[in-house]
Amino acid sequence: MNEVRNLKILVADDTDSDRLILETIVRKEGHQVFSAKNGLEAVNIFQQEHPDIVLLDALMPELDGFDAARQIKHLAGDELVPIIFLTSLQDTESLVHCLDAGGDDFLSKPYNRVILKAKIKSFNRMRGLHNTMIEQRDQLSQHHQRLLQEQTVAKQVFDNVAHNGCLNASNVRYFLSSLAVFNGDVVVAGMRPNGNMMVLLGDFTGHGLPAAIGAMPLASTFYGMVHKGFSMSDVLREINKKLKSILPIGLFCCATMIDFNFRRKRIKVWNGGLPAGMIYRQDGTVIPMRSSHLPLGVLPEKSFKDDAQFYDLDIGDRVFMWSDGIHEARNSDGEMFGEERLLQLFEENDCSQSAFDEILLGVKNFIGSGEQDDDLSMIEICMQAPENVSHPNYNFNQSQQMAQVEWELRFEVKPTSFKSFDPLPFLLNILTEEPDLRGFSGSLYTILAELYSNALEHGVLGLSGDIKKTPEGFTEYYTQREKLLNEITTGFVHIYFAYSSNIEGGSLTLRVEDSGEGFDYSARQGKELLVTGYSGRGIGIVEKLCKTVRYYGSGNMVEVVFEWVNND
Amino acid sequence: MAITSTVSADGSQVTIYIQGRFDFSSHQDFRNAYEKLAKTPSRFRVDLQGTSYLDSSALGMLLLLRDHAGGERAEIEIVNCSQDVKKILLISNFEQLFSIQ
Repeated sequence: MNEVRNLKILVADDTDSDRLILETIVRKEGHQVFSAKNGLEAVNIFQQEHPDIVLLDALMPELDGFDAARQIKHLAGDELVPIIFLTSLQDTESLVHCLDAGGDDFLSKPYNRVILKAKIKSFNRMRGLHNTMIEQRDQLSQHHQRLLQEQTVAKQVFDNVAHNGCLNASNVRYFLSSLAVFNGDVVVAGMRPNGNMMVLLGDFTGHGLPAAIGAMPLASTFYGMVHKGFSMSDVLREINKKLKSILPIGLFCCATMIDFNFRRKRIKVWNGGLPAGMIYRQDGTVIPMRSSHLPLGVLPEKSFKDDAQFYDLDIGDRVFMWSDGIHEARNSDGEMFGEERLLQLFEENDCSQSAFDEILLGVKNFIGSGEQDDDLSMIEICMQAPENVSHPNYNFNQSQQMAQVEWELRFEVKPTSFKSFDPLPFLLNILTEEPDLRGFSGSLYTILAELYSNALEHGVLGLSGDIKKTPEGFTEYYTQREKLLNEITTGFVHIYFAYSSNIEGGSLTLRVEDSGEGFDYSARQGKELLVTGYSGRGIGIVEKLCKTVRYYGSGNMVEVVFEWVNND
Repeated sequence: MAITSTVSADGSQVTIYIQGRFDFSSHQDFRNAYEKLAKTPSRFRVDLQGTSYLDSSALGMLLLLRDHAGGERAEIEIVNCSQDVKKILLISNFEQLFSIQ
């Protein structure tokens, strides 16, 4: 090991001869020496020179070594300044006294040069270790500070995404607590354009950062879709798909989602993996809403199930949702709170307004001094008349005005464009701008496609479907279609839509008229849908999808009515 | 409306994938996917994972495939249908002719 040199060493001894001997030994080892004749001087020099090691005589005038040691240790603070007592005392009590006063070691007189040298070296090594430790401690604390700062900023971003909905509505109460800055639980609530409130409580496996990362896409998908009027099943499917694609195996989100229809006083509930929420009726009955699905982010899109339960409520009935934090809250004996205690609280409650507080208090009292080991989240929504549901971003009147929507659209495809222009995607886009129709895009496409291709092919082009009876004919039909389209210079296809909807549901009337000769539609009536045969199936499908299909004029005009009911 | 297909290593099974809308415009590509194979496969899969919509001419094409594959003896699976697509297939009673998943 390298020689230890050039340390600053304070030597304090009131006996001149002893001090001189010590100074000489230390200086010969290559160190810088500061001398003091008593304890007071020693403390003063320490303050001015900040020596690395202090050699202190125990018995000195003015201030003895013990008190000087205490003061020096105090002044040194976090820094390790080894103090070695120089003493002729040999009794155990005196030596213990030296160490109690803050001394790190002692050296007996007369001095042994080799031992002194070894001690200085050893204490210098200890100083090094100590400094490294302090440095690392400071680094750790800095890192921790930075992490907390980052999390605080991230939490602000998260809260802006997660809580921009209607959690502050007059009929909603919620409580979220967490172990870390981030919470494994997420609560989102938003108003649909039809005045329904959609609420989702989710509990990601784990907590902290990984859980919060999953909550971000969940919240942004939720708000993006709910405000546009997507149905609960669309929102659930989309969130499930998103979480499935981004979360690693083993990380998923237990969730309950409820759509509150204040107009019909009805709720639609989907529960995937969360403890049963409770409907607390005015008459005191409690109805559990149990999980019947897998959590979000587990199943692939195709296997995802979105079937939900409906419950009819009365004004003033309350709906409670919670994460398993409430059920799994433990008291100091390690016992869990459990559903029975929760039901007990409902039984003891005699004023439904205070049920929320009583449950929270009940759980907190139960935990007592026990450790809270999961996120604790709870939300209560009260069934209200639509006009009594208010929050800053939602206006009941505005939503009522949206109740009735009616429009018509006339559209004509000109002969120059039959060949190059496909009106179907264009028209479908217009239709699916209506939130009500979004869920039916597949059916609407098929209806449109059948009516348009019939009008174009049989009407405008005059092609007969009979050609398609054989495989060769099938190809022939489309070859002829291509050829005729290239030659066509006259004709038209008129398409007319009449849309009408209110919050109960609505209808879409679709009329398609072509410039062709029409056909004898009396023969069509009551014809069953064929299973085999390459063609002739189209209008049969339309008949199954629509409420009515009627032909007019010479058969060159068909009108179908598509209807739907809003059942959420 | 891209149509692609893959054949299993031993040539016994062909899988046809249809992207986007499945209608008459994919007619030629759809036929090519099963007619121009070196060996006639014994099993067929039509994967509609990427199919957004279909119309009655697509149903006609599925029947053409069925005839090509041996009619009553044909082994054809239609897989990964979306809800919308499945609805159209079921309205047409196609579950009597194909195995639909």
